Amino acid sequence: MNTIITGKIIVVGDNIDTDQIYPGRFLALTDPKEIGSHCLSGVDEKIAADFPKGGIVVAGRNFGCGSSREHAPIALLNMGASAVLADSFARIFFRNAVNLGLLPVICKGIRQHVENGQTLTLDLEAGTVTVQETGEVLPCEQLGDQAMKILEAGGIKPMMRARFGK
Amino acid sequence: MHAIEKILAKNSGRTEVRTGEIVTAKVDFAEINDLYLQTVYSFYEMGGEKVWDNTRCAFVFDHYAPCPDIKSAANHKEMREFAAKNGLRYHFDTDCGVCHQVMAEAGVIYPGMIVVATDSHTTTHGAFGAMGTGCGATDMATILMTGELWFRVPEIIEIRLEGEAPKGVYPKDVVLAVLGRIRADGAVYKAIDFTGSYVESLNVAGRMTICNMAVEMGAKTAYMQPNQDVLDYVSARAVRPYEIQYTDPGYEYSESYVFDVSALEPELACPSSVENVHPLSEVIADGPVKLDQGYIGSCTGGRTEDIAIAAGILKGKHIPPYTRLIIVPASRDVMKECMAKGYLQDLMDAGATVTTPGCGACLGAHEGVLAPGEVCITSTNRNFPGRMGSTEARMYLASPATVAASLLNGVITDPRPYLD
Repeated sequence: MNTIITGKIIVVGDNIDTDQIYPGRFLALTDPKEIGSHCLSGVDEKIAADFPKGGIVVAGRNFGCGSSREHAPIALLNMGASAVLADSFARIFFRNAVNLGLLPVICKGIRQHVENGQTLTLDLEAGTVTVQETGEVLPCEQLGDQAMKILEAGGIKPMMRARFGK
Repeated sequence: MHAIEKILAKNSGRTEVRTGEIVTAKVDFAEINDLYLQTVYSFYEMGGEKVWDNTRCAFVFDHYAPCPDIKSAANHKEMREFAAKNGLRYHFDTDCGVCHQVMAEAGVIYPGMIVVATDSHTTTHGAFGAMGTGCGATDMATILMTGELWFRVPEIIEIRLEGEAPKGVYPKDVVLAVLGRIRADGAVYKAIDFTGSYVESLNVAGRMTICNMAVEMGAKTAYMQPNQDVLDYVSARAVRPYEIQYTDPGYEYSESYVFDVSALEPELACPSSVENVHPLSEVIADGPVKLDQGYIGSCTGGRTEDIAIAAGILKGKHIPPYTRLIIVPASRDVMKECMAKGYLQDLMDAGATVTTPGCGACLGAHEGVLAPGEVCITSTNRNFPGRMGSTEARMYLASPATVAASLLNGVITDPRPYLD
């Protein structure tokens, strides 16, 4: 897996729940591209259309709280996001993201060091985030062994296919 | 060990587990709700053929019951086909109600088990001394293939609730007070054990309300040691033999909080965060809050006990013009009981709209969605921006008594003067 990721960021707030990431009125949709087009529309309807491919979402505490809907990481991935950096993550969102290959990385206090539209480089192995515009290097937490095992397999689906010899 | 650890140990074939360990545990019952057709897709994408045990998993069609549009109807159709193809013993179609209420009524929930559902409010089943937790669609698909799921053994927080509740203070008020102090992320990745004399004397409905909202503090699961009410409830329904687990004396919690329930008053979670909790009196003192809609329903506040309180307050009266009160019984059994007792008649005479059992507008799917600028008071669990419709609507979370008294006056109102 790619352990170094560079992308432009958008910055959102604390307690961004899965209703804001993916509002309930779109839950019946199943096409991933269509799901991605509504990503974060509970925060701002314009975010998905303008999101840079391979970009990174930067958030405060408790990102992904609320409903267990897997539409949230599906939407983020299909909007083009490669990672979410936040002070903390809600548990079910964290599992869903890892399962689908979206990186949820804890980087405490990151919002105090970045601005919307800047470019960050995340180095998973080194446990660092570098702000390209300022050169500042911030520490981030390592993902646990279990999460890394799933991510290295390319997500839970390839992992299960291998287990069942499919 | 804690009872939750004993459940995890038993289901993972161990004698002991420790905090922070990753274990792979058998799932006793798995439930998929109708937002999660992706579970079926993920199941086939991963090479699934048949579910691991057709007596231990079921669909509950509750979020779109009955379907409001073609897309959700098509999703139901695909899920029915999957259920039929696998010969699932249990199937809860659009006639049943909210999954957490329906599963408990059907007897597939009992002490000492692990239940996993594609719904964050699966913490509800701590009310029965079970370990309940939510997951996403693809995690669920792995359960359907293998009958197991990996878990990190969580830290366990004790929330001790002592004393008797004063008049007008309901389990919803108690859990809102707890939430205001623990905050929305105070229990992330952790479990909450609710203990104390208040819990020991609490009925099944009240226990479910409190455990239900543990997830609003981020909890992975909740627990309450079963009391006689729980044993009476499950012994009349359980479809399998069960073993109650007990926490060892001297077990050390990672954190402990004590609440004096007798000192509480009715509480509100104000817009637009579950942790924005204030005593009702404080909100009222700031000036009248005019309401457009009241809502009594959901896995948090739609049981017979909740509807009975509202009917008691509204019987023989009427809500003001240009307001509406939506009543969504949590299940068919709840609805039938409320019909038999005359509660629905009383509420309809008072101007309420009664809808099909299910999740309804709690998540903004249908049956009571809010327009921009509207204000709603609700017995449900979340007041996130846009949760019940427009992101420009505002929601207050309250007990069913506070919802009913408030709708009666069209402004947020203290229910205590309206209680006998």
